[in-house]
Amino acid sequence: IIFYIFSTLYFQLSFSPLVPQENAGQFFSSGHTNNWAVLVCTSRFWFNYRHVANTLSVYRSVKRLGIPDSHIVLMLADDMACNHRNPKPATVFSHKNMELNVYGDDVEVDYRGYEVTVENFLRVLTGRLPPSTPRSKRLLSDDRSNILIYLTGHGGNGFLKFQDSEEISNVELADAFEQMWQKRRYNELLFIIDTCQGASMYERFYSPNLMALASSQVGEDSLSHQPDLAIGVHLMDRYTFYLLEFLEDIHPSSKANMNDLFKVCPKSQCVSTPGHRTDLFLRDPGSALITDFFGSVRKVEITMETINLTEPIQQRQKETYSYVDQLPVSEIIHQKPKQKDWHPPDGFILGLWTLILLVFFKTYGMKHLKHIF
Amino acid sequence: MAAHRCSLSALLLIICSLLVFIVADSEKATLTGDHHATAVDNLQTVTETEEGAAAEEPAVEEERRWEETVVEEATADKEDTSAPETVVQSSVPQPKDDFQEELVIRPLHSGDIYASFQFRTLWETDFMRGNKVSHYRLFPKSLGQVISKFSVRELHISFTQGYWRTMQWGQPFLPSPPGAELWVWFQDSVTDVDGTWKELTNVLSGIFCASLNFIDSTNTVQPSASFKPLGIGNVTDHRFLRYATLPREIVCTENLTPWKKLLPCGSKAGLAVLLKSEKLFHSSFHSQAVHIRPVCQDWQCKTTSWELRQTLNVVFDLHTPGQGKLEWSLFKMFSRTLTEACPLASSSKIYIDITDDPQGEQFEVSPATHLLSQAMVLGDRRTFSVYDLTQQITFGTVRSLNLLIRWKSSEGDMLRPLLHAERYVAGYGLQTGEIHTLMYNNHPYRSFPVLLLDSVPWYLRLYIHTLTVTSKGKDNKPSYIHYQPSKDRVRPHLLEMLVQLPPNSVTEVTVQFERALLKWTEYTPDPNHGFYVGSSVISSLVPSIVAMDTNSTREQPLFSSFFPCKEESSYFMRVYTEPLLVNLPTPDFSMPYNVICLTCTVVAVGYGSLYNLLTRSFQIEEPSPGLAKRIANIIRKMRGVPPL
Repeated sequence: IIFYIFSTLYFQLSFSPLVPQENAGQFFSSGHTNNWAVLVCTSRFWFNYRHVANTLSVYRSVKRLGIPDSHIVLMLADDMACNHRNPKPATVFSHKNMELNVYGDDVEVDYRGYEVTVENFLRVLTGRLPPSTPRSKRLLSDDRSNILIYLTGHGGNGFLKFQDSEEISNVELADAFEQMWQKRRYNELLFIIDTCQGASMYERFYSPNLMALASSQVGEDSLSHQPDLAIGVHLMDRYTFYLLEFLEDIHPSSKANMNDLFKVCPKSQCVSTPGHRTDLFLRDPGSALITDFFGSVRKVEITMETINLTEPIQQRQKETYSYVDQLPVSEIIHQKPKQKDWHPPDGFILGLWTLILLVFFKTYGMKHLKHIF
Repeated sequence: MAAHRCSLSALLLIICSLLVFIVADSEKATLTGDHHATAVDNLQTVTETEEGAAAEEPAVEEERRWEETVVEEATADKEDTSAPETVVQSSVPQPKDDFQEELVIRPLHSGDIYASFQFRTLWETDFMRGNKVSHYRLFPKSLGQVISKFSVRELHISFTQGYWRTMQWGQPFLPSPPGAELWVWFQDSVTDVDGTWKELTNVLSGIFCASLNFIDSTNTVQPSASFKPLGIGNVTDHRFLRYATLPREIVCTENLTPWKKLLPCGSKAGLAVLLKSEKLFHSSFHSQAVHIRPVCQDWQCKTTSWELRQTLNVVFDLHTPGQGKLEWSLFKMFSRTLTEACPLASSSKIYIDITDDPQGEQFEVSPATHLLSQAMVLGDRRTFSVYDLTQQITFGTVRSLNLLIRWKSSEGDMLRPLLHAERYVAGYGLQTGEIHTLMYNNHPYRSFPVLLLDSVPWYLRLYIHTLTVTSKGKDNKPSYIHYQPSKDRVRPHLLEMLVQLPPNSVTEVTVQFERALLKWTEYTPDPNHGFYVGSSVISSLVPSIVAMDTNSTREQPLFSSFFPCKEESSYFMRVYTEPLLVNLPTPDFSMPYNVICLTCTVVAVGYGSLYNLLTRSFQIEEPSPGLAKRIANIIRKMRGVPPL
């Protein structure tokens, strides 16, 4: 009996510290400590307004759920908001009758216009960027990052078109992900693609910890949702429209998991059949939360240390300064020509002289050489 | 005895278990601490805005009603609010910084309204000395790090959407060309200016979310006489100057967002709350710029401080609000009203230009104000009504300020601007063309010199032997010409000329060019849009109507103190022409597909017919027999007998 009492006491005492630990444990069960998102719109021209609206709606959801701008690489191939055809500048709408402005007032686009190319996209993924690339344009992920990659545009069986001039194939994409895996650039990766025949893009993946979703199967087209008569173009694609609706119900502490995401946009709403691929994902998709990819884990470190700031030493200048004359006419007129550095003669001049000398010596014979030298 | 031992052991067990849990807890905490935290240095976070009005100086002098006097007011003793005190020294010298904000609203004669925001941060510090600056307060850290890392002496960057119509709107306070423009003066200590320039453009493209990384040697020039430094300095060796424009650059909310984050108060307090992108980009002209330069602190100019000016010029269209009434208010223009000044600002003012209407006949401003100010700006003396936002009475009882300007009559015409320029491409076809630049001097009797800077991309091959400069029909020989020819795919053409414009005349500069054929990989994804040629820059000393104020450190409103003034009879001005859009001969990019289809069709039809004709042989065939005969044939075949 005593033992029974003590065991219950033991369990009671051990239970209370365990509950926050359980929560903490759940918090870190996915194994990631930071979140990144790479959102790409690959289409140019005004009639592809819906692709920019797609990308911006995912950007908006991801930002709302907690991922900061410094962890989002947003690539938009064309500017729709300040396009001269836009009847309401600085806005991109996702719902007709202009209900929801997904562009907002606080948006930072990292790659825009002509910068959105296959090369730049692959360089961002693999991290092989020139050293002078600014931080906001880099994907600085590590082996504990969960990355969300969203692509939208026009695509086909095995390829995705970038800006009407080049394509990326599913093999290249799979190889890029394998490079990322080998360089330990991600912990888990969620790949969402909203193009025609989108499922062909994830067929070739072979790296672990990848989960992929597509808006349509091979041989099917992804359709757009609804046009707006004032703006004159289709505003969103169906899959992303219903994805946005689904994500609007998610809040940062939501427990919805990936299986709910797979159910977004059934054939009745989407007309195409969305597909997904989870065989490379090591965890059970039911245990992966939506916020694992769309939300953000923030790490706060509290420190009690103090740092002493040193005062910079003021140095007094004794000389007087003055402003420069903006248009010193006399000085300009009498400006000396710049000293040009001497360059050795160009190849053309050398070749010309060689030809002249050759002709000369051919006609007059070699014995005249001694007269020259 | 046994019970005692049991209880003791149980107690020990409980204590041990508790200890174990405590240890496990702390272990878990340290475990999370080991994981790499993404402490990314977010360059755009505004750090110390919440510090409050700690070091702010009380704006006592704002009460007075100040009118302009030609005679200089009392000198250094005044030592007004803006420039931090240099004479008074504390025991530990602390770099002092100061922030001012102002908004100038000028109703234009065409009915449009011109609003110019200026935010200035002055900081008495030295980025160039050995010890690194580590404590930033009002000055944004991202720009401070850029200055010290790249040894920048002056930096001017502007993003503009739209073209400034000089003939309808007059002269802007701060001109800017369409697209993006960046010009930088580096310090003398920089050894590799081109390399530093490339890195600087990449860093700025990250800060401002613009594709400034497209600035490379093919669109960078090194002007030899234009773009003298606007800050203080003695040496002007043009080797340290770089200038580039991107006329195609789009300006949208993503450029405004990081720009607003550089302000000390962000967009939460002060005049910056009016900067809402939906209204700002729905305008005829929008330009935002950042100017960094060293300035004199006081009239003695013994010490310098770094000045950061962020300016935003916007021209709202009369017809945009949709109503026919000529009435403007802050709420209509910006969809916001003002409720307070930025607490970190030492001065926060709104100026409304009432020069054209001193008696209140043309338009009426409400709420009325007694504060008036006169300033010498753009060669003219103009009167302004001033609203001081640091005073609580400005906001009245409703605690919000919504300025209203109501037009009563719409007469009166504008004084013609003295200098005005246009540029266009003449010619036909896709091989040759001609660039015409027209410069108008509208002064009735004075002539003045202008410096024309033209930077043409390499794919328009200029023929400089066809360059002609004519005024009033006669040849006008420029007193200085600097031409640097282009190199294919390496650098653009640079043409600088100092031309004297005769009074009341039009000067036309023409040069012929030929279009080059690009390599097919060099075309943009939308080549049929055309290719842009950046605006020409015309810098000139224009004669002023009234005597300008040459004392540069007197207390002046921000909009009139940007360009330093050395003489009284003229003021410095820059005018930008339109950018050009030229079509280059574009190959048919669908050509391979079309050619393959056509060729394959022709080959298939031709070869197939030929093959058939040559190899087809005709055989005579019996008509198929009836059913009975067919059955009989089958039986005969089975028997091995020849068929019928």
